[in-house]
Amino acid sequence: MAAQTLFEKIWNDHVVKQYPDGTTLLYIDRHLIHEVTSPQAFEGLRLAGRQPRRPKAALAVPDHNVPTTNRQRGITDPLSAVQVETLEANCREFGIPLFAMNDLRQGIVHVIGPEQGLTLPGMTIVCGDSHTSTHGAFGALAFGIGTSEVEHVLATQCLLQQKPKTMEIRVEGVLPPWCSAKDVILAIIGRIGTGGGIGHVIEYTGPVIRSFSMEGRMTLCNMSIEAGARAGLIAPDDTTFAYVKGRPLAPQGDLWMKALANWETLRTDAGASYDKQVILEVDSLPPQVTWGTNPAMVTGVDGVVPDPKEFSDPKLRRSVEQALAYMGLEPNTPMTEILLDRVFIGSCTNSRIEDLRIAARYVKGKRVADRVHAMVVPGSGLVKRQAEEEGLDAVFREAGFEWREPGCSMCLAMNADVLQPGERCASTSNRNFEGRQGKGGRTHLVSPAMAAAAAIEGRFVDIRHWL
Amino acid sequence: MEAFQTLTGIVAPLNRVNVDTDQIIPKQYLKTIRRTGLKEGLFADWRTRPDGTPDPDFFINQPRYRGATILLTRENFGCGSSREHAPWALLDYGFRCILAPSFADIFYNNCFQNGILPVVLAPHEIQTLFERVSEHAGFQVTVDLPQQLVSCPTGEQFSFDIDPFRKDCLLKGLDSIGLTLQDEAAIAAYERCRTHEVPWLFQDLLV
Repeated sequence: MAAQTLFEKIWNDHVVKQYPDGTTLLYIDRHLIHEVTSPQAFEGLRLAGRQPRRPKAALAVPDHNVPTTNRQRGITDPLSAVQVETLEANCREFGIPLFAMNDLRQGIVHVIGPEQGLTLPGMTIVCGDSHTSTHGAFGALAFGIGTSEVEHVLATQCLLQQKPKTMEIRVEGVLPPWCSAKDVILAIIGRIGTGGGIGHVIEYTGPVIRSFSMEGRMTLCNMSIEAGARAGLIAPDDTTFAYVKGRPLAPQGDLWMKALANWETLRTDAGASYDKQVILEVDSLPPQVTWGTNPAMVTGVDGVVPDPKEFSDPKLRRSVEQALAYMGLEPNTPMTEILLDRVFIGSCTNSRIEDLRIAARYVKGKRVADRVHAMVVPGSGLVKRQAEEEGLDAVFREAGFEWREPGCSMCLAMNADVLQPGERCASTSNRNFEGRQGKGGRTHLVSPAMAAAAAIEGRFVDIRHWL
Repeated sequence: MEAFQTLTGIVAPLNRVNVDTDQIIPKQYLKTIRRTGLKEGLFADWRTRPDGTPDPDFFINQPRYRGATILLTRENFGCGSSREHAPWALLDYGFRCILAPSFADIFYNNCFQNGILPVVLAPHEIQTLFERVSEHAGFQVTVDLPQQLVSCPTGEQFSFDIDPFRKDCLLKGLDSIGLTLQDEAAIAAYERCRTHEVPWLFQDLLV
């Protein structure tokens, strides 16, 4: 058999039928569901008189709308409450497993899938959420879909797909200790642009990727969509298997051994070729900070806000001008002179236990700057509990951070956690789009370490010379 | 889904690159449990200035683009969030076709699910259209899906590619779930085979 990439192996395993025009009927193993993108899909099933094909292949959780304080009071926003209640009612009606808001296991959908052992190598996973790319960290083909496709998967357990192209992003060198997967993915997006991955599934390879924990790999794959990619993938290895083993929904006993034998074949064959290849050298990578209104508008913390005059393409120049106007930034301002009002540590990008441990290390024994309102929103109830067992909550609280209940929170500000117009935020989330964290709010994307240090100083600091 | 054959309509220009779905429909409009009534949210944060008054520079507020059914824009339109509320809002406002040099994947796919035709044209063709729209008030084009052709009254014609399956679904307004269900036997056969090969993927999620 011809040499195949990891993507091709997973894809081929899931082809139910190939149509003469090239369209593929692709089988979907697991389906994650949340409250924002599913109500219209369930309504569609009802209107057509259809039932889910495999309701127990799905798992639902409310995460986008849930409050991160005073959960016992319920959801005070009536629209959010209806959306969460609608999810619960739909799951009851159609027999879909659900972690309700006050279940300890509730959390951001892309945190709980891996945490529960639902996410496994070699599977296909979809969710009505673009950050489904997160699950690619396990060597699963995972991608975001729209609500019509949520309905399609519920009804058929399949999707009609055009086969994407492949792109290898090889990360070479040794990552400096102050950098994390977040800095690597921001640097990648800065290099290839927010549309650089359109039509492609990215496979991340190289020694730096191998050295990453599963948390780091999830951060990396999570933001594949910010480069425009259909999905991100990392070949599973012993790090993956050790993470998955023993989790509640992972295979056990003989089935585990059988699965393991299968997963060990999930790597790109020697001699297989990708449609595109990018190599990133990270030996001297500085911590990354975004300055603009998309994740590709990024620079090192030792850099400055760019001058639109430096861009020769008029469309690009105009977009930089628009970004700086929105962000309230002057060209050539050093990144370390940018003052902050808010710090948000959380989101499906950076709210896992390792992220909180790293942030806590930078915070311990210090105080949040007077000008800053800072909060930590753990990715799930289980992450929160573990952090509390390790005393991380006390470290954050003593430093002046708020310690919240799990959810998407200020990553997209659908709940009460919203930036006010003009407020500037260092955020560990994934999108610095206009208004993303609140109308008129200004978002700078950074790693948990950079966010923690920024909270203490009230501005961005070069953490290479700080702790 | 409404079928799409040929459309002649006013072209509205949105001259920005990388327009993300958070801009097409901001989060405050995502709390609905319906597909309809989203046009109020279309580009909501760009329609008004910070003081709440309509921004006269934004196309939606300009009389010359009233009734537009074709949106002209730049690279990577629809990037970011997978929210299908974005095409729902565009459709609710009246757009049936979007012309751009490139689209984000999920948005592109979501358009076809809703009877909207996203047309990829070369950057210089898009540039020409921006110039025509600026030169002629009420500028219209005809988008012919069967012929895969965009025609201007000024004489230019631009052909475009589209994969045959999506074209066929759009021309006929087909329900793609219904199409897939015609292959129920193939799905069942696949499941039987895979349940044997990779049984751990077929365990019920008991939580």
